[in-house]
Amino acid sequence: MEAVNALKLLLTFDPYVYNIIGVSLQVSGIALLFSTLIGIPVGATLGLTHFRGKPFVTALLYTGMGFPPVVIGLFVFLLFSSVGPLGNLGWLFTTRAMITAQTIIAFPMVSGFTMAAVLSVDKNLMKQLQALGATRFQASWAAIKEARIGVLVAIIAGFGGIISEVGAVMLVGGNIAGKTRVLTTAIVLETRQGNFGVAIAFGIILLAITFIANLTMITLQKKHLFATE
Amino acid sequence: MKKILILCVVLIIMMVPVGCQQMADPEVEYSDGDEGPVDNGEIKEVPGPEPEYADTIVLATTTSTYDSGLLNEIIPVFESRHGIEVDILSMGTGQAIEVGKRGDCDIILVHARDLEDKFVEEGYGTERRDVMYNDFVFLGPAGDPAEIKGSADLEEALQVMVEHMESAGVVFTSRGDNSGTHVKEESLWSYANVEAEEQEWYTSLGQGMGDTLITTNEMAGYTLTDRGTFLSMMDNLPNLEIVFEGDELLANPYGIIPVNPAKHPGVNYEEAMLLVDFFISEEAQEMIGEFGKDTFGQPLFFPDA
Repeated sequence: MEAVNALKLLLTFDPYVYNIIGVSLQVSGIALLFSTLIGIPVGATLGLTHFRGKPFVTALLYTGMGFPPVVIGLFVFLLFSSVGPLGNLGWLFTTRAMITAQTIIAFPMVSGFTMAAVLSVDKNLMKQLQALGATRFQASWAAIKEARIGVLVAIIAGFGGIISEVGAVMLVGGNIAGKTRVLTTAIVLETRQGNFGVAIAFGIILLAITFIANLTMITLQKKHLFATE
Repeated sequence: MKKILILCVVLIIMMVPVGCQQMADPEVEYSDGDEGPVDNGEIKEVPGPEPEYADTIVLATTTSTYDSGLLNEIIPVFESRHGIEVDILSMGTGQAIEVGKRGDCDIILVHARDLEDKFVEEGYGTERRDVMYNDFVFLGPAGDPAEIKGSADLEEALQVMVEHMESAGVVFTSRGDNSGTHVKEESLWSYANVEAEEQEWYTSLGQGMGDTLITTNEMAGYTLTDRGTFLSMMDNLPNLEIVFEGDELLANPYGIIPVNPAKHPGVNYEEAMLLVDFFISEEAQEMIGEFGKDTFGQPLFFPDA
């Protein structure tokens, strides 16, 4: 009941709450975009090519999926700290540092799942396409298209991983009210203050956002996901 | 694949409108003071005689000052008066001091006297000023199974606690996070000459004050807390009450220290000094003394400047 009242309170057009939601979407959305733009080509390349040391790179990527976000946060913190190598950028305790951290967190998930999806595409398809005169790039593109559902799952996994992440954004963002406070760090703050109702309400908002984002992505792919071929 | 591209585009469209306006901010806000007047509409509207001020400073402070709501009362007054925005980082004292040492904030407001003096001695901070104090209190479950209540002094209370904890089957929860409260707790054990940390009932949580209180409440255990945080959260802590208080060793002074520009040339020292002056001004001191009276029936902090 406490949570329901808090939820009502939060949704009564409170600018504080909307700012938190906005920053959450901004940080995780941009981070997802970056990790998708880098992760899909990397994952596809790993899935389609053979080279020495590929098992090593693959293992590295899968290890990255299980990397504790807070350690990545610490790494980004040290990177952007004023005495760190990129300290002069002044990115620490801004959304930019948070986006950097979340991009690094989402990248192994996006590329790893993309690789797995591309690997499951029939090998003969590539050979046939190339026999028919497709360039290497065209054939790769066709493989990604064929694996699109897996690629979609890769993007969804990446988004779920970072929108719900708290350790790294707390460390590099600093949970500054109105600037770097996101849903997860707001939940930590409210819990710390004993305001469990508000914390739960923020949690419900977070779940709702993730659900809507996933529904949107799935709806866009509905034809392919649920088609009876 | 076209769909995935559309997806990406939709995502960008969803995120960018929020992004644009907010991404633009940090660049301006984090520019150094020595870059001269910032070309920003807001700043130009303030006809201050000192346009060289940076418009944002970063204050690293402890959870007790922020989570209790004190800074939300005081800081806005400073911000509107000087046109300087204060970004507040609320963390443990240990982390706040470390952030200050690295030059990642402009000023710290913390409570661990020994660490603060060391911070200044090592040249990371320029000068420490007293701001306010409250006191630490020992909390325990209703009924006080370890029979600490009524102890004559702190030493006795701690020795009684150590004797009774095991037979009473209760735990002592420690912050365990190198925070001001944790450092204080360690000094109290060594003062009373007891080895608490090695006991079975000693629980080191590694959490902030609020989390520690909530955990202690659930475990119906004993803990050490600053009075301010306890009062501000009392409604959520039905199982806990004060079992020992009032010893002068339990004083909890808060100090404010600007980060030394000689160590970190990038810090906004002049603006940080303005904040120091504000905190020790009569006006802010009065606000500190009044804060919490209406909500909790007593002040959470006492002015000390």
